[in-house]
Amino acid sequence: MAGELAKLLSDLKEPEALEFVEKALAEGADPMDLLGQAKEGMNIVGQRFADDYYFIPDLVFSGEILKGIVKLLEPHLKKAEATERLGTVVMGTVAGDIHDIGKDLVAFMLDVHGFEVLDLGIDVPAEKFVETIKESGSTVVGLSGFLTLAFDSMKETVDAIKEAGLRDQVKIMIGGGQMNEDVKSYAGADAYGKDAVEAVKLAQGWIGG
Amino acid sequence: MEKKWEELSPDEKQEAQFQKLLAPKDPEGNDLQFQSPEAEVAYKASINRFKEAVQLKESDRIPVSVFPGWFPILYSGMTPQEAMYDYEKCAAAFKKFVLDFEPDLQWGAVMPGPGKFFEILDYKLYAWPGHGVNPDSGYQCLEDEYMQPHEYDLLITDPSFFFRNFYLPRIFGALEGFTMLPPLTGILEMYGVAFNFIPFGLPPVQNTFKALFEAGAEALKWVTVMGGVNGELASLGFPNILGGFTKAPFDTIGDTLRGTKGIIMDMYRQPDKLLQALQSMTPIMIGMGLGAAQQTGNPVIFMPLHKGADGFMSDEQFKTFYWPTLKAVIEGLIGEGCIPFIAAEGGYNSRLEVIRDLPKGKTVWMFDQTDMVKAKEIVGDTLCLWGNIPSTMLKIGTPEDVKDYAKKLIDTVGKGGGFIMGNGAFFDHAEPENVQAMVDFTKEHGVYK
Repeated sequence: MAGELAKLLSDLKEPEALEFVEKALAEGADPMDLLGQAKEGMNIVGQRFADDYYFIPDLVFSGEILKGIVKLLEPHLKKAEATERLGTVVMGTVAGDIHDIGKDLVAFMLDVHGFEVLDLGIDVPAEKFVETIKESGSTVVGLSGFLTLAFDSMKETVDAIKEAGLRDQVKIMIGGGQMNEDVKSYAGADAYGKDAVEAVKLAQGWIGG
Repeated sequence: MEKKWEELSPDEKQEAQFQKLLAPKDPEGNDLQFQSPEAEVAYKASINRFKEAVQLKESDRIPVSVFPGWFPILYSGMTPQEAMYDYEKCAAAFKKFVLDFEPDLQWGAVMPGPGKFFEILDYKLYAWPGHGVNPDSGYQCLEDEYMQPHEYDLLITDPSFFFRNFYLPRIFGALEGFTMLPPLTGILEMYGVAFNFIPFGLPPVQNTFKALFEAGAEALKWVTVMGGVNGELASLGFPNILGGFTKAPFDTIGDTLRGTKGIIMDMYRQPDKLLQALQSMTPIMIGMGLGAAQQTGNPVIFMPLHKGADGFMSDEQFKTFYWPTLKAVIEGLIGEGCIPFIAAEGGYNSRLEVIRDLPKGKTVWMFDQTDMVKAKEIVGDTLCLWGNIPSTMLKIGTPEDVKDYAKKLIDTVGKGGGFIMGNGAFFDHAEPENVQAMVDFTKEHGVYK
């Protein structure tokens, strides 16, 4: 049975994957084992995305299948079991910009890979990032933006983190539509990630996991 | 003897459309009076440069365009909010932008739109300055599933009925009364015909119509100002080359009906319904472009592409869901002599072999993050290429960076014609000297010998 669910999920077989989970639970399978398999499936999806075999629709749809699986498993999981986290990432779309699709995808993939994500949402003022870093002691920050105005908002956010004396504590990554290495340098961030899988790799490099 | 329109070939229709562009009219329908002989020469030279580029030929030099987002507004020192609510100020900002930078081609001042109009209709699809985003930000879409996953049959059977009774009341609070209207196709014969008109006697419907009258009056007020500055700029020698707008059917459904996530789910859960709906939207999208071209007398139809970019979907998904109906829309426009002006946002590197399958010299492709040299190699003998000074460079680069980049484009992509210099994506924030460098350098170094 090992790996069957991972295979169904990574092959994006939604009805089959959900049916498999229902049946396995009814037969008394360990829900933690099933959750582990689902995670393995998501790792395969992530790998296929990195290999340009899967694209955004596949990634988003795999997320929906995973949500369906977790919903079936949740009543069977003890609370403590699901909350082991590698580290905390503060995420948000910068001030003035309300685009959230890319940011949500990155937050989701970080979550799947075991990070605690503090998603501050959209149009997030620099102070809000600073406050959250202070409160959470987080060491990784993800700034998202789609518009050209986000170049300055990102720079202002990085500057505010610097002024608060927190710059050495955190690594900052940026991403979104018109972002690139030049914007990274302009904003004073540490890295640019072109997609959700790169964001996960960056966070893993900085935090581990 | 002159041939009837329907007897003309696509080439002849395109030529007739270009002749219309070369003989601009004023709002009363008379020949536009240019303010000087030089202005007339400049106007016609720009249109001719554009025409030769579309037809993949060399003209006197590479035409240069600046197609910004909110840049003209910010450049004039006002906020997007002011531009949306003070039409005169918006028009003045746009005029200043064109006269200061002097691009060959521009696309008019209508982008900001009339703020009060959106208020009258209680528009919910976008946040705009002062309504969900701050006064310094431009408007931004609020994605949601404005069409539910089970509503495909409604859309497929009668798109107009679905739009009027379901979609529009969801995105415009003031159009709630539309939900009570019967389909127009039930109005058939004397017996029973009056039943169809009963809803028009009910207060919610009447309130909706009152809001429509008010919104219409506001839109008219706005377009009069924007049309005025357009005519004035034309008379000064600066043509607006935008005649209308339509979309790829996949984006029509994915952007504002089902939303990005919704349409992705449909690709897996109900692909056949999605494909059927894409088919049913295709003639509607063609009609939208042709209708606009007829109304404005300008055949250049803007098509911003959103969800077909590299990385967004696989090549297989692109060929299945995105390209067939987009191609049909493009060909429908070409068939009437229109010039589809397609803005391929993001990268289109992996799509080049596919989009090559179009008639030669009939479309313009504005590329954003596509490798222009590769594009020239693969599609340069078929499609006119437009772009692609990066937004990041216009904002955080230097005039030298812009000139170096432009030089590379001129030397490679410009070779043999079929190229228009311009920005790659619709930028808001940029350093004016970088924008100026793009225009001036092209005028100087983009000359064909």
